[in-house]
Amino acid sequence: MLNKNPLWKNALIVLVLLIGCIYAAPNLYPDDYAVQLSGTREANIVNQPLLDQVKQELQQANISVKGDELTDKGGLIRFEDGRAQLEAKEIISRTLGDNYVVALNLAPTTPEWLRSLGAGPMKLGLDLRGGVHFLLEVDMVSAVAQRLDVYVSEIKTKLRTEKLRYRSVDHREDGSLELKFSTADVRDQAETLLRKDYTEFLVNSEDKDGAFYINVNLAESQIREIEDYAIKQNLTTLRNRVNELGVAEPLVQRQGRNRIVVQLPGIQDAAAAKRIIGKTANLEFRLEATTDASRATTETYPFRDQSRDATLEKDIIITGASVSNAQSSFDENGQPQVNISLDAKGGQMMNRTTRNAIKRRMAVLFVEHKNRTLYETVDGEQVAKRVPYVEKRIISLATIQSVLGASFRITGLDSATESSELALLLRAGALAAPIYFVEERTVGPSLGEQNISQGMLSVQIGFALVLLFMVAYYRVFGLLANIALTFNLVLLLAVMSIMSATLTLPGIAGIVLTVGMAVDANVLIFSRIREELKNGLPTQSAISAGFDRAFSTIFDANITTLLAAVILFAMGSGPVKGFAITLSVGIITSMFTAILVTRMLVNLTYGGRALKKLSI
Amino acid sequence: MTTEKIYNFMGLRKIAAALSIALLLISIASLAINGLKFGLDFTGGSLIEVGYQQEPDLNGIRDKLQGAGYDDAVVQTFGSPVDILIRMGVAHDPKLGDHVLETLQSGETQELTLRRNEFVGAQVGEELREQGGLGMLLALFMVMVYVAFRFQLKFSIASVAALAHDVLIVLGFFSLFQFDFDLTVLAAILAVIGYSLNDTIVVSDRIRENFRKLRKGDALEIMNVSLSQTLGRTLVTSLTTLLVLVALAVFGGEMIFGFAVALLVGVCVGTYSSIYVAANVLILMGLSKEDLIPQEKPEGEEVDEMP
Repeated sequence: MLNKNPLWKNALIVLVLLIGCIYAAPNLYPDDYAVQLSGTREANIVNQPLLDQVKQELQQANISVKGDELTDKGGLIRFEDGRAQLEAKEIISRTLGDNYVVALNLAPTTPEWLRSLGAGPMKLGLDLRGGVHFLLEVDMVSAVAQRLDVYVSEIKTKLRTEKLRYRSVDHREDGSLELKFSTADVRDQAETLLRKDYTEFLVNSEDKDGAFYINVNLAESQIREIEDYAIKQNLTTLRNRVNELGVAEPLVQRQGRNRIVVQLPGIQDAAAAKRIIGKTANLEFRLEATTDASRATTETYPFRDQSRDATLEKDIIITGASVSNAQSSFDENGQPQVNISLDAKGGQMMNRTTRNAIKRRMAVLFVEHKNRTLYETVDGEQVAKRVPYVEKRIISLATIQSVLGASFRITGLDSATESSELALLLRAGALAAPIYFVEERTVGPSLGEQNISQGMLSVQIGFALVLLFMVAYYRVFGLLANIALTFNLVLLLAVMSIMSATLTLPGIAGIVLTVGMAVDANVLIFSRIREELKNGLPTQSAISAGFDRAFSTIFDANITTLLAAVILFAMGSGPVKGFAITLSVGIITSMFTAILVTRMLVNLTYGGRALKKLSI
Repeated sequence: MTTEKIYNFMGLRKIAAALSIALLLISIASLAINGLKFGLDFTGGSLIEVGYQQEPDLNGIRDKLQGAGYDDAVVQTFGSPVDILIRMGVAHDPKLGDHVLETLQSGETQELTLRRNEFVGAQVGEELREQGGLGMLLALFMVMVYVAFRFQLKFSIASVAALAHDVLIVLGFFSLFQFDFDLTVLAAILAVIGYSLNDTIVVSDRIRENFRKLRKGDALEIMNVSLSQTLGRTLVTSLTTLLVLVALAVFGGEMIFGFAVALLVGVCVGTYSSIYVAANVLILMGLSKEDLIPQEKPEGEEVDEMP
């Protein structure tokens, strides 16, 4: 019979809609602001008495607690809003001290049965939630330069052990190495050696100005490898640092060839975050040079307070890379200090060096990669140019009283903040190459809340206007289209939630736009039905013909819009991607609801009976 | 045959062509002279949004910032008189937001909040600009290929002409009125491409259908019939879309305002262009029944089989 869906078809559509409702439902339960507690060591267990103690402290500070629970990761305390959460974090940190990690978190409130189906709410983007977004660029030139410096000392050692006398081995500005020899014979021997031992080098020889040279360049693949290594190392370090900051759901991700995105939702103290994330601090431990040491093996560095200089040996005993743990504390005189534990290899090195150096002094050098921005005028335009430089300052110079092992402490720090940040940086590891901030976006929590409420308001009003218009213009058919449109929104939310896509402000705009454009398919169908009725077709045939004839138009029109949305997704960055996602998903769900769901509703309402008139 | 009223759209096609050309010339001239007022996303620089409790004196803020050495600071309100937006071209300084807040807070009785702090490096801005332009061209190209494949080359040229027309006029609008052109506006323009295309395809689809179906009548008449038949749908869809966009522009807040405006302009122009520009270009290229007949058989079958 005309305009009757088979039962299986209706059942399938209803099933899809039902699944949509289930997976969209968690969005009705927004996450709670929470603080997560966990012990830094096995001995510091989070238990109910501890939670009660914390709650009491919070009560005294007039912060209302929404709930608390013990989880397998520690304790969780829920709050009514973000402000209470932030105040509470400070109070709890102060109460519990260094023995516990206190981190901001978002706790799900989705009912158990929904969670067991794998359903969860959409994530909110930084523009809706507040937080910090950084785009960092890894300085690849210095990553490669650092590696070349290592090669220089390696090659020198190798030539010396092979008794090949060289005049100089230099790392040149253009990223190549230049070896200078006095005789062609030695040069040729060295060349054979290099070719044999370093397959990653491009080696060629040259005679000029009466000297004999070897030029060494790195193969492109080798440079790529160094860059990949630098990025990976930096990602690991940044993840460690971000974890130390105690942020819920941070994102640290590579973007493109040499960039890293860091997103910290809900963080308040953006300046502190930046200080810790961007710091390329490292430590070097060196012996003070003896008075009779040759100038070629020593370097002079200033102290941090610029009061004096000290001359140190060029050889580095260990660097911060050998540090396995670091904790800040205070010494007997109340001065800040950092207790350092070294890994096995570092401990051995330290032991071997200090054994022969009792009563000599050891310096701790604080190494920082910095950059200053210079403005140059190029073709009448001001162009910012970054000039990186390395700053090395001595933070302590102390007499070695006895043989040092795997653990010792360093003093000479300015403040407690500095000692705890230094400890954090040493724990998290050093960055393999310097990084620069190329983009930063901080959104305060108040702006985030405002964005959500304004976005939601415009969705509601836009939706209401469209519903009213459709009923006024198409009567019963309009009503059916409205039901379909409502399901379209539900399905859109469900798909976004299943994909665990992030909802951003442009994403909300995409939803609004989808609401306006999704009725297009229904409008096409309905105006086609009206046309067929005017052409004199009987009502049931007109309905059927309307749906059938409009299909290819709807399909073509939507595919092309989808094409534009996909390009938007591929090319766009950050917030624009959010818009592209909701738009694309909205187009697909709207095709389902506008065609199949409306058809089902129309068939159920009008199908299979004699009709004189349609309310369209 | 249809009993619907046939409007003589094509009778106005010369006037419409003149209007389109005039709008395009104004847009291009404005783009050439004024250029676009690129937002932070594309120029690079720093932007700080500070929330006041009571309406502040903008000149006072400017003086304070100048006194603190921020000579190039541009100060304006953002959406409401208590929201102040400050733009600067300075290089990245992690403490800039806090410094500015401190500077403004000094000597102020009300408490200020840092609502937003953004920094975009010059190189990133340049890349975003290049990527955006490339994205637009790619979108136009893909559309051309798809339409040429599904319809016919002349339709493909006509729809791309209509799209380029719409994009240029929206860009011209932003240039003429010196609205901020940022990433969300770029997104809106790509959405305009999608929307306008949607419209153009619906009209083209009907034109193709009628060219095959109607035995009598010349190209102009068939255009008129097709446009009249789709007019109701074109207007209703534009209306619902405009309804939600007005809601977005009025209630969505300042951060999404440029986006809503770009789409509002785009949807209006897109509606007009799907009626006049695409059809006009088809007429100009001399679309005839012969263009569509060789494909009639396979295409016709395919359409009939669709549910």
